[in-house]
Amino acid sequence: MSKNNGEYLIIRNDNKYEVIIGLEVHAQVLSESKLFSTSSTKFGSEPNTQVSLVDAAFPGMLPVINEHCIKQAVKTGIGLKAKINKRSIFDRKNYFYADLPQGYQISQYKNPIVGEGSVTLDMPNGEKNIGIERLHLEQDAGKSIHDIDPQSTLVDLNRSGVALMEIVSKPDLRSLDEVNAYIKKLRSIMRYLGTCDGNMQEGSLRADVNVSVRKKGDKKLGTRCEIKNVNSIKFMQMAIDFEANRQVDVIEEGGSIDQETRLFDTKKNETRSMRSKEDAHDYRYFPDPDLLPLELNDNYIDQIKKDIPELPDEKKKRFIEKFKLSPYEANILVSDIEISKYFEEVSKNSDVKLATNWITGELFALLNEKNIEITESPISSKNLSKLINLIKDGTISGKIAKSVFEIMRDGDKDPITIVEEKGLKQQSDPKELENLIDKVITENPKNVEAYKSGKDKLFGFFVGQVMKNSNGKANPKLVNEILKKKLK
Amino acid sequence: MSNITDLKLVELVDKIKKKELSSTEVTTAFIERSKKSKKLNAYISENYENAIKKAKIFDQKPDFKKRLPGIPIAVKDLFCTKNIRTTAGSKILENFVPTYESTVTQNILDEGGIIIGKLNCDEFAMGSSNETSYFGNVQNPVSENLVPGGSSGGSSSALAAKLTPATIGTDTGGSIRQPASFTGTVGLKPTYGSCSRYGIVAFASSLDQAGPMTHDVKDCSLMLEIMSTYDTKDSTSVEFKRENYLNNLNENIKGKKIGIPKEYRVDGMPKEIDELWEKGIKIIKENGGEIIEISLPNTNYALPTYYIVAPAEASSNLARYDGVKYGFRSKGENLIDMYEKTRSEGFGDEVKRRIMIGTYVLSSGYYDAYYLKAQKVRRLIKNDFDEVYKKVDAILTPSTPSSAFKIGEKLNDPVSMYLNDIFTVPINLAGLPAISIPAGHDKKGYPLGLQVIGKAFDEQSILNIAFALEKNINFKNNITDWWIK
Repeated sequence: MSKNNGEYLIIRNDNKYEVIIGLEVHAQVLSESKLFSTSSTKFGSEPNTQVSLVDAAFPGMLPVINEHCIKQAVKTGIGLKAKINKRSIFDRKNYFYADLPQGYQISQYKNPIVGEGSVTLDMPNGEKNIGIERLHLEQDAGKSIHDIDPQSTLVDLNRSGVALMEIVSKPDLRSLDEVNAYIKKLRSIMRYLGTCDGNMQEGSLRADVNVSVRKKGDKKLGTRCEIKNVNSIKFMQMAIDFEANRQVDVIEEGGSIDQETRLFDTKKNETRSMRSKEDAHDYRYFPDPDLLPLELNDNYIDQIKKDIPELPDEKKKRFIEKFKLSPYEANILVSDIEISKYFEEVSKNSDVKLATNWITGELFALLNEKNIEITESPISSKNLSKLINLIKDGTISGKIAKSVFEIMRDGDKDPITIVEEKGLKQQSDPKELENLIDKVITENPKNVEAYKSGKDKLFGFFVGQVMKNSNGKANPKLVNEILKKKLK
Repeated sequence: MSNITDLKLVELVDKIKKKELSSTEVTTAFIERSKKSKKLNAYISENYENAIKKAKIFDQKPDFKKRLPGIPIAVKDLFCTKNIRTTAGSKILENFVPTYESTVTQNILDEGGIIIGKLNCDEFAMGSSNETSYFGNVQNPVSENLVPGGSSGGSSSALAAKLTPATIGTDTGGSIRQPASFTGTVGLKPTYGSCSRYGIVAFASSLDQAGPMTHDVKDCSLMLEIMSTYDTKDSTSVEFKRENYLNNLNENIKGKKIGIPKEYRVDGMPKEIDELWEKGIKIIKENGGEIIEISLPNTNYALPTYYIVAPAEASSNLARYDGVKYGFRSKGENLIDMYEKTRSEGFGDEVKRRIMIGTYVLSSGYYDAYYLKAQKVRRLIKNDFDEVYKKVDAILTPSTPSSAFKIGEKLNDPVSMYLNDIFTVPINLAGLPAISIPAGHDKKGYPLGLQVIGKAFDEQSILNIAFALEKNINFKNNITDWWIK
């Protein structure tokens, strides 16, 4: 494998292979209730406690569409710069499985609610657009649990009927980094819109991954394999890497790729054949006669458009223009809506440059260390803003600020109070500083002599001594100035 | 006074309101007669004890504002009824007791109705003779070993035999009108979207409609009024102005334009049905109605279209009966084996036949040729009606191409059985309302019916036309109580 110039190529026997990736992302719609029933969608509840008669497919039960989910899908479509289809149709996808009570999944097949759109990725070598083929709404299935009872499979229908948006990309992705960026960007857009929480641990975001390979320069796409239901970016990357290499090996050995559905085994880090094209299910799609075609009018769509918040791309542009941030900094700060909110709150009353550095530096390190989201940050934006202002107005030095930060992280204490209580205020009185400096000079005659005879490096030693004697509180800028004069 | 069970629904309501009869008296009378009529096999489940209890409660504190004050009523076993076993005539639901009530039966309960039992029907409403029921054949009270029609065969039999003063059925391709016609009773299939499908065991969702079955048009109007409500629990329910059908009922059809479709004059139709039709035409003319010859050119394609669309939907609707959640389950080696055994043993032959047809016509490679084409033809059939309704107010046809046949006569000839629905099926495909009223007898003395088809949501017009026909025909059902020893 080679990653030169950001290119992801597989090289075998002097042949260079390009990897073509398309993703079908299943994003759980953020909604209190299910797509066609009023059951709760809350995660982590006791098994089978959020199941209505409709979800369990009792005789005579009928689906009734949850208007909120439609709105969420339209919002997401707008966020993907996609065409909103004013007429869409719910179809039945028929297959038997224990966790599919109806014996069919209600999905959208030929007429999805959202058509073509695109997502812009910021890659190290520039922007790249990934095409969106479509977005459609569908029901999630229940969960079959095979490892609790050795004799039987248990079924939990809490998830049965929960609304999913299936977002299908065009086969435009070419590397593992692009897959990473794409998923993160999708997630970011949906979190901005409040249409999906993007929580991969809870299964709110999963993907089927389509992979094919072709010799570099070939125009025709190779035969693809679909890897089902991969639930983290890391696993997606591992699965793609394994699968692409497997396909190259097959081709290099003179074989050809069979179109098939494969499973990714996270423990063995390999993909395995699940079923071939010949064994593919015949889902017998047909329009669900229990539901009328979904018709949206312009007014409805326009109303939703009006409520669309500023999305990451626009926010990034604004941050660069307004705050003079670098594209790199802006990217980091807009990547997540909560980070951008935090940043805007801090920078509203504080120096932007310092705010950027403190958030992306100290604060991110803290969040990483604690493995928490910015919304759970122990330091509020208000207090971080105060801390930055203390640095900016010279009350404390950057170094002292770090120790104040260390105290703040354990309880979001007001930095002004900390500085006062601990007496950490910077010493900026020239008289006091002169006293300190004189003391150091008197106590180190040898070093003074050495310095004066040309050992410039010793300057640092004097600064250090002064700082040490002041318990770090001496204003370093002033100390420098006065020292220079005194040691002339 | 004559027998309580000889009274019609509207008469019973009147007598209860006037306190001439109590609910307990009425309920007991119908239950007693039902008990003596086991030979008809009209019931699948009886709710007698509970019903009498409810009648007594009603009598203690009667509410005469209700439109069915303490009226006992037996319903087709396709309606889910809370705490009363609901089987759909199938082994697969043999022990299924719903925890919920269908909207239509709830409407009846809300008006003071009391459910005395669940009536036999073809398995999942798939049949025209009630012979596909897991719970056995139903006798037509008209004559021994005669089918009562289907799929609402238990309903038509119980009604004609006066085991219930009125009943409700469901009609997917004629399942209310054909059995009504076979038993000399009135049956109405409302416009698709009039009555909620919530809680009705689904056969073919785009065709299924619940409707009343009664002794006369007046009773039918009252029942429709109660059954037909807009329901947000059914996405295909339609919000439209529902009339006071009974209040507005009148036999004045002066100036009404009635269409006679030439395509319904099928080859080999018995002469007596032709004569019956002529009789109807004569009455319309005599009462000031105008008869207009019309053409519904795609009528011939209705039956094949129906036998693609209905099985396709059924094959999917019946997928939920898999032994996992409720109903009958057979032991299997693994999940697939359990499915196969459960469904092989739980479903009868006709249901399996239709599941297979439906699965086939939806299969990839066949979908376009069958299902998609059928949907297009369905649209053409509907267009035919739209076109003639520019010229006429309603359409008059026979209800069936023959009178009731003997039990077993057509059981092994599905195509001949399916042909029975030739006059009723196009109406379901077009989603229109139609009523069958008894209009005469054939030479065997079996009842024959006439069908009045209306414009969408114009149930009032067909009720009025049927009312006029009924007055002039003055049909008498000659039913002897041969099944009661």
